[in-house]
Amino acid sequence: MQNAFLASILASVVCGIMGVIIVEKKLVMMSGGIAHTAYGGVGLGYFLGIEPILGAFFFSVSAAIGIGYIKRKGGVQSDVIIGLLWSMGMALGIVFIALMPGYPPDLSSYLFGNILSVTKMDLRLMIILTCIVVFVVIALFNDWKAYLFDEEFASIIGVKTAFLEYLLLVLVAMTVVVLIRVAGIIMVLALLIAPAATAGLFSSKLKGRIVYAIAFGILFCITGLWISYLMNIASGACIVIIAVVFYFVAYMICAIYTKMKRKQMAERQQIKD
Amino acid sequence: MEKVIQIENLSVYYGKTVAIKNICLDIEQGEFLGIIGPNGGGKSTLLKAVLGLIPVTTGSIRIFGKEPGNSRGEVGYVPQFAAMDRRFPISVFEVVLTGRLGTGLSPFMRYSKADKIVAYEQLERVGIVDLAERQISELSGGEFQRLLIARTLTMRPRLLLLDEPTASVDATSREQIYQLLEDLNKEMTILLVTHDLLAISSKVHKLACLNESLVYHGEPELSQTIVNKLYGCPVDLIAHGVPHRVLKEHEEETQID
Repeated sequence: MQNAFLASILASVVCGIMGVIIVEKKLVMMSGGIAHTAYGGVGLGYFLGIEPILGAFFFSVSAAIGIGYIKRKGGVQSDVIIGLLWSMGMALGIVFIALMPGYPPDLSSYLFGNILSVTKMDLRLMIILTCIVVFVVIALFNDWKAYLFDEEFASIIGVKTAFLEYLLLVLVAMTVVVLIRVAGIIMVLALLIAPAATAGLFSSKLKGRIVYAIAFGILFCITGLWISYLMNIASGACIVIIAVVFYFVAYMICAIYTKMKRKQMAERQQIKD
Repeated sequence: MEKVIQIENLSVYYGKTVAIKNICLDIEQGEFLGIIGPNGGGKSTLLKAVLGLIPVTTGSIRIFGKEPGNSRGEVGYVPQFAAMDRRFPISVFEVVLTGRLGTGLSPFMRYSKADKIVAYEQLERVGIVDLAERQISELSGGEFQRLLIARTLTMRPRLLLLDEPTASVDATSREQIYQLLEDLNKEMTILLVTHDLLAISSKVHKLACLNESLVYHGEPELSQTIVNKLYGCPVDLIAHGVPHRVLKEHEEETQID
């Protein structure tokens, strides 16, 4: 249980930071592609007898760098490549697992998340990756802000934008790997997007959004964990349902609130006139 | 007079398509040059080549005697505000500060007091200092465009390149921006890509017409032949409130007695 809580905190931190960036820069499809490619790594890891999560890590990072390279060369449209890698990764995972003799193990916890089965090795990797992501984002925060807002200008004044582009994709890959255990590959996107999207409803500043997103992430994970424990359903699914439902409810509340405020202001104007 | 930009036989091809061909253009210090031309005629390409953002196919460009991209602190670029991500969560002040970023990467860098003072000064210069704490999504077109100018000014450039700074900007803001540019021209050379003929007629010193090749370069006065060459067909250029004629007298008019 303690492992599960720690995993939740780590996952919330990375998905708070990276989620806000991903949602803002419209990198959702790319993140999904990297996440699904990771399954190929899971299969490969299992095939080679190493921890599947390590295989997932190497595969995701390679996919991220590959996508970055192809994007830079400008040959094919990036969403074509992402779409292809998305399915290819899943297919490779299945093939690698099938190639091992004997009964295939239950790897569904990688697909759907089972935060309760997080191992010490998983946690160790998650801690390292979370620290790297946090460190890189904080260390280069001003460069990131300039690059994310206006890449062309940043490049003109001499900021190393090519490096930042690759670095961003690698950070996304690391984030995805941290989230695999918590939400599962198939639902990583929801955990990346929902806290960030909800945070966007409450804050219009970058730092503010990141803080809110981390807080919401923790809320969703802990609540989802609790329900998953009570009802014995995969943790990934519970967390994702809480997250998405919360977002839509928050969205509606905000929409109604804004409407009411507008009405109030219109009425006040009428009374004045 | 120092030559700020020297362009010799410049051609830029995108693959097999020619964007600009055989451009020869010299710009001297203190000039205020306007570049007009049809869409797709190569104006943005020329700007990007001068900035070193795209590779040159043949010919050469020298900015302050150096290759493009090597005079980072001296060349300021103001893009069109329409191309910006206006929903990004960043404040006006933070945007202006980004002009003070160093080259390469700056780990654990915090903007210094001097940086912040310069940023405030430039915001005051362009007239939006009371919007400093606003998020950029709350700005109007004119305010945003002035923000982009302020950002570039923090670098204290000697050459300012502007890409259609008054496209989609209301008339009052437009006039404010041109006033600002006239002011700035006292300290720096300005290159302005525009569709705005009012600017061409009343503000710029020299005019260049670009449609793949340099159709004209000289005083801001256009004859019908040049306009034909520039737009490929007879185009009536009408500018409202133009204090003096941009277009030369038509032949028909002089025939009416």
